[in-house]
Amino acid sequence: MSTITYLEAIREAQYEALRDNPDVFLYGQDIATFGGAFKATKNLGREFPGRVFDSPISEDAMIGMAIGAAVEGARPIVEMQFADFSSVGFNQIVNQAATLYWRTNTPCPITIRLPSGGTAGSGPFHSQSMESIYAHYPGLVILTPATVEDAYWMLLDSVKLDDPVIFCEHKFLYYHLKADGFGQGMPIGKARIARPGRDATVVTYSAMLHESLKAAEELRLDGYEVEVVDLRSVKPMDTDTILASVARTGRLLVVGESFPWGGATSEVVARVASEAFHLLDAPPMRLNSKDTPIPYHPNLWKAHRPTTASISAELRKLLRY
Amino acid sequence: MTSADKIVTPAFDESTEELRHDFLKALRCMILSRTLEEKLSSLYRAGGRIVGGVYLGRGQEAFSAAAGIQLRWGKDIFGPLIRDQAGRIAYGEPVIDTMRTYLGVVTGPMRGRDGNIHRGQPKQGYMAMISHLGSLLSVVAGALFARRLHGTLGDTAGATSIGDGGTSTGAFHEGLNLAAVEKLPLVVSVANNQYAYSTPTHRQYACEDLVQRAVGYGVGGHSVDGTDLLACVRIFRTAFQQARAGAGPQMVVGRLLRLGGHGEHDDASYVPNLQKHTHEGRDCLLVAQNQALELAWATPQDLEKWHKEARTEVDQALALVTKEPVPDPYRENWRALSTSGLVEGQEP
Repeated sequence: MSTITYLEAIREAQYEALRDNPDVFLYGQDIATFGGAFKATKNLGREFPGRVFDSPISEDAMIGMAIGAAVEGARPIVEMQFADFSSVGFNQIVNQAATLYWRTNTPCPITIRLPSGGTAGSGPFHSQSMESIYAHYPGLVILTPATVEDAYWMLLDSVKLDDPVIFCEHKFLYYHLKADGFGQGMPIGKARIARPGRDATVVTYSAMLHESLKAAEELRLDGYEVEVVDLRSVKPMDTDTILASVARTGRLLVVGESFPWGGATSEVVARVASEAFHLLDAPPMRLNSKDTPIPYHPNLWKAHRPTTASISAELRKLLRY
Repeated sequence: MTSADKIVTPAFDESTEELRHDFLKALRCMILSRTLEEKLSSLYRAGGRIVGGVYLGRGQEAFSAAAGIQLRWGKDIFGPLIRDQAGRIAYGEPVIDTMRTYLGVVTGPMRGRDGNIHRGQPKQGYMAMISHLGSLLSVVAGALFARRLHGTLGDTAGATSIGDGGTSTGAFHEGLNLAAVEKLPLVVSVANNQYAYSTPTHRQYACEDLVQRAVGYGVGGHSVDGTDLLACVRIFRTAFQQARAGAGPQMVVGRLLRLGGHGEHDDASYVPNLQKHTHEGRDCLLVAQNQALELAWATPQDLEKWHKEARTEVDQALALVTKEPVPDPYRENWRALSTSGLVEGQEP
């Protein structure tokens, strides 16, 4: 019986990070007494007095503060209440945290948790996926866990890393996704074959993994074996695993929830096109959200993001080519 | 008496000997800073040696040095800004590090990866500014926060600087508010030098005096004539003492005039000639030297000796750095992450 949710995994990882390393502290809006907008830090303030802090609504200063603390040997985990609000801390992330090691030879071990992605009714400013924006900048590690196991292990690994990590945890998975336990962790930077196949490859990450797996199952009924690759980490990107999969299938669809102009999905297509053009039997395809702000009403929202149905439709086009 | 003056905290009781010591230490830093910056300026104008721009603190040395001498290298946290050459020297940064960074040699703290005023050694508590104004305030606050968390704060103080223009940024507001909420031992120097690049203060803020903002942030507010070294030394002694004693952040606003352009590429033609002859426009170094002579804390011979020593130190630094290697792109490791195994396209 599945008992642990994706959200509980994130809470548990923070619990263990706090328990195992006195240098770890948590900083974010409403996280101490209240336990966070999503309860990802529930009870942690009580269990670790003086280690979990409510911050002012100041995303810029929150990140800057974490950077200064990291320079002094602390390992802060900063919760952005929603990934969308990290845009207010953007400068500190991309110009201060991401450049620190390069410029000064000083590691910057901070973990910034970004509750990411869409849920019905959340609208334009509580639904964004920011991984592609941050992946563009050198000096950051961008993690996009899609499973309970990865949410747990990758968050623990993030805290141990000596580099700034943008931890994109998907809100849609918080309560829906469950597992029996945390299983075995996989190294950061390695993609995972979530479902083996031979007819086409879907490369995806985060919540879109689950839509893609369902689409692959639909196509199985038509006799197609679709391989699904979970990137796990958008940056670094495990190009080898992607290329090996394309070598097996000859066809590629890349699925992401973020906006369609550029980004992680484009990066996958660009790498495959330039490094494995000869392995392709069809033009590589991408599926992202629509190029509008994220809509509020569920009817619009479901049509804005890729879904099992739209992924299946794209796969059929790819397989017919 | 302006409303700003009412906010000024009275100076604490100090012995004249301590004041004299601090004054003379700051003065010697000012002399060294001015000498170094004149050399940098002439190197820039001659062309070929300095890569990129040169940004000087001429006219702000008294205000900067008076803060810097209150800081202990390796103990206190310092996040200086553009016009803090004097404060950096006072804090303990060797002149050669400035020269190495301006010339971009690999022996410098930035190894050619960043230049001029963007230098620091964060592991020593010496933060390296980025160009985005106000964003270093929260970083210095974070370093203090971590020390408190680790139980190693002791009598540590942090200091950072900003100009009149930088106080308009969101980062400055967020950072100072956060530091105030956390009641951190932080001293924020606001050098009101009348121009943010070319923009005069009446296009920058609408309050009467920037020190009024201290009340709104819930921090200590201090106002000082930034051209008067004796006054600056006094005010920063007070501000640091209060910060170290647990009174929370202290904001010190210095009234002065930037004696030059934003950088050496800028002739500052937008500064009216008349303004250069106001009280704010007087040269703080000349004022300080006269103060030293009037107080009989130094003789003309002392001053001449200190200038000569400064010239020698600067010339020796330049001579040494000139022979040092510039970066080689083929030897650069091109790694922006400290975890080598996560760098794309490279073997760990």
